[in-house]
Amino acid sequence: MSEWGAAPAPLERRLLTVLGVERLGAYRVLRVADVETPEPRPGQFAMLAAAERWGGGEDERPYLARAFSVARRRVGESHFLLEDVGPGTKRLCELGEGDGLWALGPLGKGFDPPTERRRAILVGGGVGIAPLAILQDALEAEAEREVTVLLGFRDRERAEGAALLRGARVATDDGSVGHHGLLTELLADELARDARAVVYACGPAPMLEAVRTMCASEDVPAQLALEAGMACGFGACFGCAVPKRGGGYLRVCLDGPVIDAAELEHVDAHAGAPA
Amino acid sequence: MIEFCGLHLAHPIINGSGTFDAIAAQRVFGEALLDEFPFAAYVSKTITLQARAGNPPPRLWEAAGGMINSIGLPNKGLAGYLEQDLPQLAQLPVPLITNVMGSTGEELAQLVGACDEREEIAAIELNVSCPNVKTGLDIGADPGQLEAVVGECRGHTRKPLIVKLTPNTADVPACARAAEAGGADAVSLINTLRAMALAPGTASPWLGGGSGGLSGPAIRVVALAQVAAVAASVAIPVVGMGGVQRAAHARDLIEAGATLVAVGSESFRDPTVGRTIARELTALS
Repeated sequence: MSEWGAAPAPLERRLLTVLGVERLGAYRVLRVADVETPEPRPGQFAMLAAAERWGGGEDERPYLARAFSVARRRVGESHFLLEDVGPGTKRLCELGEGDGLWALGPLGKGFDPPTERRRAILVGGGVGIAPLAILQDALEAEAEREVTVLLGFRDRERAEGAALLRGARVATDDGSVGHHGLLTELLADELARDARAVVYACGPAPMLEAVRTMCASEDVPAQLALEAGMACGFGACFGCAVPKRGGGYLRVCLDGPVIDAAELEHVDAHAGAPA
Repeated sequence: MIEFCGLHLAHPIINGSGTFDAIAAQRVFGEALLDEFPFAAYVSKTITLQARAGNPPPRLWEAAGGMINSIGLPNKGLAGYLEQDLPQLAQLPVPLITNVMGSTGEELAQLVGACDEREEIAAIELNVSCPNVKTGLDIGADPGQLEAVVGECRGHTRKPLIVKLTPNTADVPACARAAEAGGADAVSLINTLRAMALAPGTASPWLGGGSGGLSGPAIRVVALAQVAAVAASVAIPVVGMGGVQRAAHARDLIEAGATLVAVGSESFRDPTVGRTIARELTALS
């Protein structure tokens, strides 16, 4: 597990330079030059804000930085996956080569490697596929690790996002690509074939809740990367609370974003982030 | 050096209560946090007698030029704070100000008395933005009630007592004078402005707690007006806060009569902004 360890995040947010923003179907891959950031553990995230014109958009937003999983690391580069769904993500999608990006991180608790001999099943929905890309990189760097990738999208344009990972089985809501139906139907198939697995999931709350329920009934360990509205990303604002099994709350930024499914009573449908 | 209620502070920038969790930040950022601590004194989040889980999510809403929060003061309760948090907070390189809230004068006095016994705590801040369980009115919104409550707390400590005023009342200077008459050593303002957002496309509140408090640059001009009015009304020192993002904003509050300036929401965007403001403030003056 040591090779997946995470160093403390630098206390300062850093001004990074955008290398490019490439279209991937309905999504964008934001690439930034990032030499000094400690190597993130798969599942960790960063708080991002454009250095210029952050604010003054629709409703005079965005104000707060936005949390994004690190989608991939390449030598000297960090990649993030964007979908334009609100004033913050819209502004980030507008960035171009040479623009400045404030980044704080890597933050949060990432994924744990699978225990010996278990197959890793990566289950991603929509823009939530992002942390599974860097996770796939880490898993496939290990010898003899079997990795299965299941990705779900709303439609054909979004399904192009599947290219971020290798060898994915795809499901779409409208049947335009791959399996016509729910991602969890693919997961049920896989678990029926061989339930000796660890499930790693990230995506919309209803999808995560369906994954959590299925894994609980099949007694398969699951690590869920959650999203929640957060102002800071480092435990200060207490905004990103999600209900914990047995009462009380977890802070997604500090106790997560990757949380063992067994720690949750349910995945809260209200966990949406400011976009 | 700044002298504030007998405390000697390296600069005039502190944090607003509930906007910086020094224990969580140390977990995230490690020892660098202590080496380069962003504030000249550290104000704890609000401590209540009993532990609180906080409000149901969602707890945040991004508003025009700011944010609305409805966090609900999650904390371990007085005993948990004293046993678990205080030993860690005592390791911070700056004086510790503990913020407490109770729904009655007796509760507040009990909290103040417990803090008074701990030498790790340099000063106590009273959060009086809590409804009186009998009247439903915020204790801090009613000068008569506020003076009585502060007086009751005053009897339980000789440590500096700061009263955090609520902005959600008709006459803030009258409340500041009441806090002073009750024996406060300083007042701090402004707390968040009561605010609300509807869930998109519905008639229901977005926040799990119903309404919440507005903070961020949107409230800066309100803070300046209230700090100026309060500073002109009392002889005790004033801690000014509300929407401070840069040294120029801190300087405005100081010009308006504040001795110290607290940074709140801006630390969410940049955890070191307190230090940046302190450094740039020196360059401005």
